[in-house]
Amino acid sequence: MKLLTHNILTSHVKGVTKGYPLLIKATEVRVNEVEFNPQFVSRMIPKLEWSALVQAAEGLGHLQDLPSSLIQDYENNEEFLRKVHRVLLEVEVIEGCLQCPESGREFPISRGVPNMLLNEDDS
Amino acid sequence: MALHCGRSCRQYLLHLAHDHVDFRLPEIKALLSLRGRQFDPSENFQERSPFWRLNGLSEDDARSIMKRTVCGKSVFELWGHGATQTELKTSLLEYPAENMAPYLKQESTYKINVYTFNKTLLFKDRIEKIDALDFLPFEGKVNLKDPDHVFCLLEDYGSDPNDIPEKPLYMYFGRWIADGQRELIRSYSVKKRHFIGNTSMDAGLSFIMANHGRVKAHDLVYDPFVGTGSLLVACSHFGAYVCGTDIDYNTIHGIGKASRKNQKWRGPDENIRANLRQYGKEHLYVDVLVSDASKPVWRKEALFDAIITDPPYGIRESTRRTGSHKDITKPPDDFSGESHVPVSMAYHLSDIFTDLLKFAAQHLVLGGRLVYWLPVYRPEYCEEMVPMHPCLTLISNCEQTLSSHTSRRLITMEKTKEPEETDALAHLADPRFRPYQGHNSFREKYFSGLTKKSSREHSKTSSDGGE
Repeated sequence: MKLLTHNILTSHVKGVTKGYPLLIKATEVRVNEVEFNPQFVSRMIPKLEWSALVQAAEGLGHLQDLPSSLIQDYENNEEFLRKVHRVLLEVEVIEGCLQCPESGREFPISRGVPNMLLNEDDS
Repeated sequence: MALHCGRSCRQYLLHLAHDHVDFRLPEIKALLSLRGRQFDPSENFQERSPFWRLNGLSEDDARSIMKRTVCGKSVFELWGHGATQTELKTSLLEYPAENMAPYLKQESTYKINVYTFNKTLLFKDRIEKIDALDFLPFEGKVNLKDPDHVFCLLEDYGSDPNDIPEKPLYMYFGRWIADGQRELIRSYSVKKRHFIGNTSMDAGLSFIMANHGRVKAHDLVYDPFVGTGSLLVACSHFGAYVCGTDIDYNTIHGIGKASRKNQKWRGPDENIRANLRQYGKEHLYVDVLVSDASKPVWRKEALFDAIITDPPYGIRESTRRTGSHKDITKPPDDFSGESHVPVSMAYHLSDIFTDLLKFAAQHLVLGGRLVYWLPVYRPEYCEEMVPMHPCLTLISNCEQTLSSHTSRRLITMEKTKEPEETDALAHLADPRFRPYQGHNSFREKYFSGLTKKSSREHSKTSSDGGE
């Protein structure tokens, strides 16, 4: 699971009102190099919940000195876009789980794939 | 027959493949709109003809369409056309000499091809036809292997193979500009794909879907019924970043029984990521998740540039969502969270489409497109059955016939409005949903045409519920 995905995922446990962001409990994290595409990163930034991204990156030890609030004029700042690129697309959680911040329900991640299915009684 | 445009706007001849005929016009229109161009055909335009004359394009427009189309075979700068030899000649002689001159120069090389639709010509007849064009001021040398410029005489002998006329019904002559992407159908064939399933979408239709959805570079595209990812493969070919979900844990992880003949179990690394890697597009892989398309796992924002999907109809794969049956005897208790298989229940087609349209209205960017297949029981089909949503505008609706009584329709919709509170319940009052409501009626009708024996077997299995 990449942090781009984490940034747009939310808990859907029944009755939960604050299911975002999901907490990441990682037991295996990998960094895979991915071709840098400044246009795509620039297009994604306005869609991101910035603080959730920073929090997730920090939790995994890959903060890349990202500032706690989004900078101005990021489209023309290649150094900044490269850092965001690394966090969004290169850092991957291979094993672990995502935890609903309100209910505590855990969604397992195995071989890089989150399983968002709930038991009958949670959904 | 004069070409009414001068230097600024030339006419282009688009030669189309004669299959998936219904899907061609929406594809070309979508690709034109990516260039900010209108579809502007000549008078007497016939959609089912393999030759379309288009106005208002530049050579760059024409080239960019050919970089994407799998319906179009080639495009030509049209120099002349007519129903008879004389008409063609008159038309060619009226074509501005200054438009021809750059391609007829002495120092350049050229060749002339003859293409006939619905007829095969003898070699000597072809030569005769090329010789008949000698009134054109060709000054360069012929080079059949590697010419600077290629010209083509295209002849249309109608579409009835049992009634081929002696002389062509219509003729065109033009300068070849570019070929389309028909080659992708072969190079992306599922036969050669690393990871496939029972219902993997064929390559041609996958590319057509990506084109109808106007999927382009730097987009984020989502498939909520991703299966083995055929549609993501096509979208990534056009430079989009892709993600998807599927309720089937084994498919997403590529484990269990293989779909290929002569192969019993799936090998290691049979998954969607490996499929993208096979075509050099792994960098466009975002993620696939095990998830239920009927559950809201994404943040409520406009996240996706396109949603391209093939929902399960319950014919070759079951329609499922998670949930509980009242009469469940005993949930499996020997599984931990990771491999726990939630009870799935039948997912009625009407609910699939309601959920899908609602999801698209919520999660598409404005101007983003939803492309999906709608199964149809042909004797009862009418246009009013196509599900609608106040935020989505129907762009195209193309039929692919599956049997005498069933077909599927490729529906393309564009998000034209952000959803408001009142839109959430709009579908409930909509009579369009009725045909798909209740008892998976499409599925029952689909099987109604089968023999008694197999339909008996079917009713036995379907009473097991969902699976």
